[in-house]
Amino acid sequence: MSLRIVVCVKYVPDATGDRHFAEDLTVDRDDVDGLLSELDEYAVEQALQIKEAADDDAEITVLTVGPEDAKDALRKALSMGADKAVHVEDDDLHGTDVMGTSLVLAKAVEETGYDLVIAGMASTDGVMGVLPAILAERLGVPQVTLLSEVSVAGGVVKGRRDGDSASEQLEASLPAVVSVTDQSGEARYPSFKGIMAAKKKPVKSLDLDDLDIDAETVGLEGAWTKVESASERPARTAGTIVKDEGEGGKQLAAYLAEQKFI
Amino acid sequence: MAEVLVYVDHVDGAVRKPTLELLTLARRIGEPVAVALGAGAEATAATLAEHGAVKVLTADAPEFADYLVVPKVDALQAAHAAVSPAAVLVPSSAEGKEIAARLAVRIESGIITDAIDLEAGAEGPVATQSVFAAAFTTKSRISKGTPVITVKPNSAPVEAAPAAGAVEALSVSFSAQATGTKVTSRTPRESTGRPELTEAAIVVSGGRGVNGAENFAIIEALADSLGAAVGASRAAVDAGWYPHSNQVGQTGKSVSPQLYIASGISGAIQHRAGMQTSKTIVAVNKDAEAPIFDLVDYGVVGDLFEVVPQLTEEVKTRKG
Ligand SMILES: Cc1cc2nc3c(=O)[nH]c(=O)nc-3n(C[C@H](O)[C@H](O)[C@H](O)COP(=O)(O)OP(=O)(O)OC[C@H]3O[C@@H](n4cnc5c(N)ncnc54)[C@H](O)[C@@H]3O)c2cc1C
Ligand SMILES: Nc1ncnc2c1ncn2[C@@H]1O[C@H](COP(=O)(O)O)[C@@H](O)[C@H]1O
Repeated sequence: MSLRIVVCVKYVPDATGDRHFAEDLTVDRDDVDGLLSELDEYAVEQALQIKEAADDDAEITVLTVGPEDAKDALRKALSMGADKAVHVEDDDLHGTDVMGTSLVLAKAVEETGYDLVIAGMASTDGVMGVLPAILAERLGVPQVTLLSEVSVAGGVVKGRRDGDSASEQLEASLPAVVSVTDQSGEARYPSFKGIMAAKKKPVKSLDLDDLDIDAETVGLEGAWTKVESASERPARTAGTIVKDEGEGGKQLAAYLAEQKFI
Repeated sequence: MAEVLVYVDHVDGAVRKPTLELLTLARRIGEPVAVALGAGAEATAATLAEHGAVKVLTADAPEFADYLVVPKVDALQAAHAAVSPAAVLVPSSAEGKEIAARLAVRIESGIITDAIDLEAGAEGPVATQSVFAAAFTTKSRISKGTPVITVKPNSAPVEAAPAAGAVEALSVSFSAQATGTKVTSRTPRESTGRPELTEAAIVVSGGRGVNGAENFAIIEALADSLGAAVGASRAAVDAGWYPHSNQVGQTGKSVSPQLYIASGISGAIQHRAGMQTSKTIVAVNKDAEAPIFDLVDYGVVGDLFEVVPQLTEEVKTRKG
């Protein structure tokens, strides 16, 4: 039997751009260029490596929930080597929070069929880092998350999780949800051949009806959290900058003493 | 008064500082009821009582150490059912966030992660978050269920507020999912004797400019003279000069100390994301154009190999 891998990837505003909030306090996705969240490239990379190491054949589907432009993220993942893509797109999804997004992803993963779901450690815009755990909860399968090393063999996924106080070796039977960190290994660049091939790979579009999801459970209205205000952090007042002429360390010490740090 | 559940982060009964900060925040919205799990759970009670816990619910079972996350979710859910709290507060560690998120799904509640402040509001607690690499500050609340909120370290002062802290055994029945992910081995991180990075009042960080693992001794010497934790940029970590557990930034630790000293760090957006909320920021960099200087309260344009050792000596002299 072939191994069915679904990789969850997010299309995010470029972190080096000037990110803002729209009037309804959702992330403004119009003014800043979007891209495949860099942290999800690691998930695609691990999926490719697991496929390459698999005894039987494996198939990688990349999945995103996002606006029209999110197709760019799928194309990038396909050009890295994923086999096919699923795009969940629906106007009613605007403003969906993590609870709604995870609901949609869970349904789409089930609809696609899976043995292994791989996600990134966090999205570079929301940075919650909780979606993979929620997805495992919703799917009722083991969560093997925040791995800096991962391998799959004989229907078992193993990995190393470097936690705050210890490094742990984890093990679970498939099906399972995995997330990988940026320590898991550099993601490959798409080759020219890969980019050309990606153009012909299938991208399936699904909307909420296809997934049998009630529009009221998602979107800004269906969100279980409410952002009441967003304000730009006041620019830090310009500090004192000195050039080291041989006394820089001493000058710095004097400043720290004045601020009562010494 | 309404009760507020506080999830306790402890190591064999030694309560970590972020949990005590949570007790301070919990007292703003109700009476803190602590939930301590695993080996040493009961030993946490005295410290928790001293900082305002009216009750300490404890449970210990091998499952908490042998399996990932889910057994703790089962226990927190049992506590939620027993107490019907006004909110559930959890420290914003990687594990804490996962526990909180799964609990939120189960009790059909909204979740806010990485709050940096919390106050009572007419429609439930209002959480402050710092987003987009700390370029924006948002205030949010939860509109469904019991608010589940994870809070970053250094978000509130630790305050003494003696309360009863009566220990009560929490009865937990584990779910079918509890044993899904086995922890087959655990290697504790070696202690450096320095303060915990996320909890430290002062953090001294080095970047690519430090130029080699052996040169990190210069950064460590400054840190030790100030009683500080040591941080590193991703460039320094990727080069293998310092452990990933010390990385500051988007994919490392997020720190918010009283004082952050960056040496040989350019100040890329992903690095700023993890340190921009520090109270006072100081940098040493030989490039006057480095973006880190946009953030600093005090900056020295110069060679860190000259400036940092001189600073360390001067700190030692001044401290006597
Ligand atoms: C998805 C993603 C996540 C990331 N996450 C993180 C993260 O968590 N943390 C993080 O730090 N980065 C992160 N990065 C990387 C980030 O973009 C930068 O590449 C990184 O922060 C650069 O580290 P640096 O400042 O040490 O190195 P550089 O940018 O190379 O800067 C080195 C600085 O040292 C100065 N210097 C050199 N020699 C000396 C000397 N002798 N004396 C004084 N100054 C000197 C130079 O002038 C320069 O400004 C991430 C990137 C991506 C894409
Ligand atoms: N809209 C989305 N579509 C697909 N995958 C997502 C989406 N949002 C989050 N993810 C996945 O969940 C991970 C963690 O996201 P988060 O919890 O939002 O930080 C990301 O790295 C992605 O793999």
